Amino acid sequence: MSLKRTGVIRKAAAKPRGGVAVAHHKNTADMPAERLPAPPTVILPMQQHIGAPCEPVVKVGDTVGLGQLIADSERPVSVPIHASVSGKVTAIGETPLPNGVISPSITIESDGEMRLFEGIAPPKIETKEDFIKAVRDSGLVGLGGAGFPAHIKLNTPPGKEVDTLIVNVAECEPFITVDYRECLDNSWDVLSGICTIREFLGIKNVIIAIEDNKPLAVEELKKLAANSCNAKENIQVTVLKSRYPQGAEKVIIHAVTGRKVPPGKLPADAGCLVMNVASVAFVARYLKSGKSLTSRSLTVDGSAIAEPKNVRVPIGTDIGYIIEHCGGFKTDPYKLLMGGPMMGLALIGPNIPLLKQNNAILAFSANDRRTKTERPCIRCGRCVKACPMLLTPFAIARFARTDNYEKLEPLGATACMECGCCAYACPSGIPLVQYMRLAKSMHSEQEAKK
Amino acid sequence: MTFDKKLTVSASPHLRNGVTTTGIMLDVIIALFPASAAAVILFGYRTLAVMAVTIASALLSEYITVKILKKPGTLSDLSAVVTGLILALNLPASIPLWMAAIGSVVAIVVVKQFFGGLGQNYVNPALMGRIVLFVSFPAAMSKWTNALAQGGVEAVTTATPLALLKDLGAGNSVSELAAIGSLPGLWQMFCGVRPGSMGEVCIAALLFGGLYLLVRKVISPAIPFAYIGTVALIMLIAGKGDLNFLAYEIMGGGLILGAFFMATDYATSPANTKGRIIFGIGCGIITSVIRLFANMPEGVSFSILLMNILVPHIERITAVKPFGTLKEPKKKKGEAK
Repeated sequence: MSLKRTGVIRKAAAKPRGGVAVAHHKNTADMPAERLPAPPTVILPMQQHIGAPCEPVVKVGDTVGLGQLIADSERPVSVPIHASVSGKVTAIGETPLPNGVISPSITIESDGEMRLFEGIAPPKIETKEDFIKAVRDSGLVGLGGAGFPAHIKLNTPPGKEVDTLIVNVAECEPFITVDYRECLDNSWDVLSGICTIREFLGIKNVIIAIEDNKPLAVEELKKLAANSCNAKENIQVTVLKSRYPQGAEKVIIHAVTGRKVPPGKLPADAGCLVMNVASVAFVARYLKSGKSLTSRSLTVDGSAIAEPKNVRVPIGTDIGYIIEHCGGFKTDPYKLLMGGPMMGLALIGPNIPLLKQNNAILAFSANDRRTKTERPCIRCGRCVKACPMLLTPFAIARFARTDNYEKLEPLGATACMECGCCAYACPSGIPLVQYMRLAKSMHSEQEAKK
Repeated sequence: MTFDKKLTVSASPHLRNGVTTTGIMLDVIIALFPASAAAVILFGYRTLAVMAVTIASALLSEYITVKILKKPGTLSDLSAVVTGLILALNLPASIPLWMAAIGSVVAIVVVKQFFGGLGQNYVNPALMGRIVLFVSFPAAMSKWTNALAQGGVEAVTTATPLALLKDLGAGNSVSELAAIGSLPGLWQMFCGVRPGSMGEVCIAALLFGGLYLLVRKVISPAIPFAYIGTVALIMLIAGKGDLNFLAYEIMGGGLILGAFFMATDYATSPANTKGRIIFGIGCGIITSVIRLFANMPEGVSFSILLMNILVPHIERITAVKPFGTLKEPKKKKGEAK
């Protein structure tokens, strides 16, 4: 109620623009994350965030404790990396990332004890600056998938005022249920995280945004919001229609506040801070215990997985090891994904370490192959209708293909977030997302020339 | 984990919905089925021969041009079948079969393939085929047969309802004319018992098909509603509020066929809603102007054709800015340019 009174939140124009209706497949919704036995080794890539890679601060042969800082960087957009098992550093080498990039990495052989590093203590926080530094030291990146450093997000640029915290529980990608489980299993952490962030950043309004296909979590969150805060410290739970990509930052801001983030601008420009629910809960746990980000929950599912479930594993665990603990492959997988089926990355094999931002591993058998014969564009406009950023994908694809930057430029392809709705909806099977990427690279080439 | 299988690595998204180009074309064919069946019932079996000839010649000319131009085969997408069928429905039942074939060849070879094939043509192929036939063979193209005529399909030159109305002059005693019997009654208009092109006469069947396309989301309601709505509004004013006149104008000629099945052709209509509304209104205005002021009782074909040509311009002025783009502040009057 107080939100309406303050007049800050306009009546949400929650009518979804664009997007597509995808089947939910939330098969693992009833399964709390199961903690897997510690893996024999972990490989921790130095690049687990958007920004500059870290430099190792340990040497081969060093003994490390769980949660010990092992790599850091001076660069502002960078997040330190901590040992996710206790044991011995056996190699400092290179490892392929899911996107095919080769990253420097640290290999730790576990001693099986998961012994905590002695230096771990809850951080002392008095000011906003302390808080942001603590978040950086915790090693947190956005746990929803993009891997954006959390401390950058929390540090509102000067001259901008953030009045609304949006806790993102949309989880619009099919199959993934870890955010949902976070709400049910760690709801007090979520609440505590919200209160902490609100207090240190001085944010007035808090909105928990959740899709309507998670009624149990909606109930839990509403209870939480009602119990916890007085009228001044209201937490609003906004239930959104289940529609992909409801959880995309700009989409969810528009859906719950009616505000629009212009192309090339940040949520702070619309006075909003959007955080994934798992990240919020982690902040609360870190401030209490001082235990940095060394493990995470993820969904393991898909038609080729024998026992789909949610698991909690150390960062850097081999994906093959995780799959083995989910019964292995039931049938031969034809595609192995890190992330959801709409935006996830297809892997070349299971021997890749789990990263901080990976919220799912999905394996599909050949029966789930979804392809269409590529045919000429018939200008049906389905991609235009599906695009949440109101772009014209078919025209962008056409001018990207014909290398016509003059015509491409005004179409504003840089606003594309590669959600995949256009390609999902295209009846002619045109790989529109790839063309969008091509168009975006043409834009950055031209920018570089200037 | 030891793993030696090969995995497919491709760019996201890894899901696709079930809608395909072929599926869309098939839906259009299904939607045209009631109108085609009505044509057979109303004008006899000869209509089947006309449809067979236009579809077969459309497919054949597509096959040959694609072979000559060394392009990938496109017969399986069914778009040529749709073109052939729509062309047939736009012809009089008595049309000589060779003429019908010429229409198809012009539509596929000249209008569609010369401009780059599926999705690249500037004007609706079937419509252009019809117009070429209309200007080349005016006599055969305006020989209308009476629906449900006794004694087979003897081509008689009969005036269509709209031609009768035209002679009458707008706004004059429509009901009197209907009472004498020279003008079919409204129910006859609705069911198609009147002279006209094979597929345009049975409004009931066309609406059924149009509804199917709307429900299947093959077409958006913007174009047909804007088009028919505009014609209705103008005719209401022109007829000085005479609802009978209005009803004849809406059901007469090829308006319903054109609005649902031809103006909505993807390649030759705007791809966004705002553009589609402008396109529909434009079609409606031109149709009305032709019907009211030109020396022709019809006007649907030419209006859609003219608007087809304007589509790139409509799309340019209706281009939607990316999400959240700030509006440029309007320049105040007197401010230097």
